[in-house]
Amino acid sequence: MFAEFLQFLFSGITIGATYALVALGFTLIYNASHVINFAQGEFIMIGGMSTVFLLKAGLPLPVAIPLAVAGTVLVGLALEKFAVEPARNAQVVTIIIITIGASILLRGLAQVIWDKQIHALPPFSGDSPIAVGGATILPQSLWVLGVSGLIVAALAWFFNRTLLGKAILATAYNPGAAQLVGVNTRFVLLLSFGLSAGLGAIAGILIAPITTTNYEIGIMLGLKGFVAAVLGGLGSGVGAVVGGLLLGVAEAMTAGYLSSEYKDAMPFVLILLVLFFLPNGLFGARGTERV
Amino acid sequence: MTWLQSRWGGLVLLAASIAVLPLFLANNYHYDVAIQIAINATVVVGLNLLIGYAGQISLGHAGFFGLGAYGSAILTAVYGWPPLLALLAGVLAVAALAFLIARPILRLKGHYLAMATLGFGIIISIVITNEAELTGGPDGMVVPPFTLLGWSVTGAQTWYWLFGILLLLAVWLSLNLIDSPVGRALRAVHGSEVAAQVAGIDTTGYKVLIFVVSAVFAALAGSLAAHYTEYLTPDKAGFFHSIEFVVMVVVGGMASTYGAVIGAVIITLLPQLLTGFDEWEMVVFGAILMGTMIFLPRGLVPTLQGLLRRGTR
Repeated sequence: MFAEFLQFLFSGITIGATYALVALGFTLIYNASHVINFAQGEFIMIGGMSTVFLLKAGLPLPVAIPLAVAGTVLVGLALEKFAVEPARNAQVVTIIIITIGASILLRGLAQVIWDKQIHALPPFSGDSPIAVGGATILPQSLWVLGVSGLIVAALAWFFNRTLLGKAILATAYNPGAAQLVGVNTRFVLLLSFGLSAGLGAIAGILIAPITTTNYEIGIMLGLKGFVAAVLGGLGSGVGAVVGGLLLGVAEAMTAGYLSSEYKDAMPFVLILLVLFFLPNGLFGARGTERV
Repeated sequence: MTWLQSRWGGLVLLAASIAVLPLFLANNYHYDVAIQIAINATVVVGLNLLIGYAGQISLGHAGFFGLGAYGSAILTAVYGWPPLLALLAGVLAVAALAFLIARPILRLKGHYLAMATLGFGIIISIVITNEAELTGGPDGMVVPPFTLLGWSVTGAQTWYWLFGILLLLAVWLSLNLIDSPVGRALRAVHGSEVAAQVAGIDTTGYKVLIFVVSAVFAALAGSLAAHYTEYLTPDKAGFFHSIEFVVMVVVGGMASTYGAVIGAVIITLLPQLLTGFDEWEMVVFGAILMGTMIFLPRGLVPTLQGLLRRGTR
């Protein structure tokens, strides 16, 4: 009974850590520009797929992973430079449509350059399950949790201790005032696209050995990352991590105890319930509208 | 130009276009594309009221389209109801559902509203996919033809006129709504909701009304579309279909009823024109979408109107 619960908890936290990374990517871009980047899911796909094909080209895993992450970061930077930057004075909904266009374009490119098959990435360190309290945990899950934990810690350090991180926070808080004290807000926007592309790519590579990957994998993972970011309260880094983990656990419990068919509906039911009672998410800023 | 920009000039022009178009439709494939355009345009004219005039985004309108379609399909195919009764029941049920969820959903703002409507649409499409006993699941279901008093609607040409009239009605209703006190109140809501409230406008009431109207347009179009294609799959209620509707509104130009129609024409035609690109189709579609929004951020019709106005001055 307890072992079963523990098993669901393990798989929930694993997938939840991935959602948390994706949600952090949404949060970064949202803070820098108040835009929801619907191409975020495509970063996950590009990370996983390019690693798969770099491996096929004969590169070892420790070389393929950094290359895949770097490639995805370049895609993120290009997206900002050539699509978001030229339209920065447009309405938010216009920029959202641009990112939707970008996600269709990237998905199209992925199926032309690579293929439409489902690919599995080999686990980083074997696939013999480790027994914990009657349940088992895959070594890959430990990789997911460990790397995600490290990244969250690194981001916390970056935003609290470095000048560049504080410049990003200042831009999120008040772009005009940040510019007045000498922050290059356009560079901050570019940087946040690069960072969140990197986060998405890492999430996509970490999870690919467990869930497999294909050119369409970014759609659902991206949407669930968006749910996680909103659940925690848009713009809150802590909220994104908590939201991601909560979402992963809720999904695993639904699949385990209720119905595996309705597993994918759970995040959306959860977010509707939360928004009905807390219109700004769990950790979102409560604000009043100015006239 | 002033005649065209008057309230009824555009409507006459649209009616004339619908009447003349069959002269250029050579075969059933052409008719089919024209019908798809009319179906999408009907939904988008309604959605434009919500997005363009009330300033409330919805990323879940395919949910209403799908509910209308599957409501009609299930009531006629499984329970043997007459199609007209099934259509009315389905549309009424969607109106009731939209009314029920409108208040809690429209209390949300910006991205939270986008999230809630997106979630609502996805839940509907997952339910439709999973309840295979009624809906046929991912494989889809066969829908009986539309019959009215023993007369059955068949043939692309009959359907063309039916959908053409439906679109004209939708545009006429939309123009009337915009020019009524409701429309003026909505524009005030778009400008600043708090200021509108202070001026004594029941902002919530008007937003709910428009949400229900746009849901009814979608359900009605969905129901008739199901009878027209006689076959239905869950992607009609899916996330991408919702996104397509929003793209049509934004590409055509927000807060322009004819912009919505033009957006529906372009986005429905585009994939047909791109079939020659084979595997590059998605890439080209994405690139065109991005390019339009980067270079014409206000959408086609408002940008062109601005150019014309500058030219005639």
